[in-house]
Amino acid sequence: MLPTLGILLTCQLIGEAVARTLALPIPGPVLGLALLIAALLVRPGLVETLRTTVGVILANLSLMFVPAGVGVIGNLDVLSGDWFALLCILVLSTILAMLAAVGTFIGVRRLTEMRRA
Amino acid sequence: MTNVANLWSYLSTTPLMWLTATLLAYLAASTFARRLGHPPWANPVLMAVLLIAPVLWISGTDYATYFEGAQFIHFLLGPATVALAFPLWENRETIRSSVAPILLALLAGSVVAAGSAILLARAFGLPDEVLLSLAPKSTTAPVALGIAEAVGGVPSLTAVLVILTGIIGAITVTPLMNLLRIEDWRARGFAVGVAAHGIGTARAFQVNPVAGAYAGIAMALNALLTSLIVPVLVRWLV
Repeated sequence: MLPTLGILLTCQLIGEAVARTLALPIPGPVLGLALLIAALLVRPGLVETLRTTVGVILANLSLMFVPAGVGVIGNLDVLSGDWFALLCILVLSTILAMLAAVGTFIGVRRLTEMRRA
Repeated sequence: MTNVANLWSYLSTTPLMWLTATLLAYLAASTFARRLGHPPWANPVLMAVLLIAPVLWISGTDYATYFEGAQFIHFLLGPATVALAFPLWENRETIRSSVAPILLALLAGSVVAAGSAILLARAFGLPDEVLLSLAPKSTTAPVALGIAEAVGGVPSLTAVLVILTGIIGAITVTPLMNLLRIEDWRARGFAVGVAAHGIGTARAFQVNPVAGAYAGIAMALNALLTSLIVPVLVRWLV
């Protein structure tokens, strides 16, 4: 567990440092993700160190959103009189985005598979 | 009675109290969801929040006090994002073979997520600052807040809209994909990752590991793309 935490935190730390120094629009942890991929390319053996702890973290990803979620409840008044319109927009827009992504994914996959076949 | 009151007034201000409460609420919510076989409506984030909120309200605890304890869990979002490299690595062969679907679905999902939010907000006649706060709602919270600030939105409103979007995506994705009879876990995961960031990704990992990996890719790539396209869309559509 501790080696994995060490690896994850180091990647995040370097990611944050680079993002801040170069004033990139990308958050530090996303750069840290890219960095960890690079580390795995160099040392594929790292994957066995990571497996168990990362498995626990990703299986409980929902836990990490609970504090922010509680903050939303206390802050619902920012939605004010527009809450119903906003809720309709969020539901519609989220579904439209999923439809666009899933339709494109499957359409393009079929096209590329047809070309290969 | 005064002893109990004293003890409570001591405990309720310590980080330990709210850290423990957050963990227990999540454990209760996720055990409940697992027992029922993870039905879409039993979203662990939403249920845990609904368990904690009344406790804070009844005990008169403000969010700052709560967050002193909960911040230790909130902090894990960073390392957890880095950890998404693991499923990407494990699935690198299938990902390499679907680069074209990934990139085009990313573009379509990202543009529709931001563009439809702007157009719908205009149709509902919402003021510009609300519209600008809505545009980055499908991307991960730290990026969304930065974008909202850059284009003239209200970051605190964006924060609420981002979390609500995540919960809505996590709840609607399974029924929607089943309705459309989409059986490709890559496509299903990717769609929820683009539209509903980390909370959608958490849902995808609950359902299927491949869906989780693709949701993670979609979320990470969308963090990049949204910060590039929202300023452009805002110039066109607002």
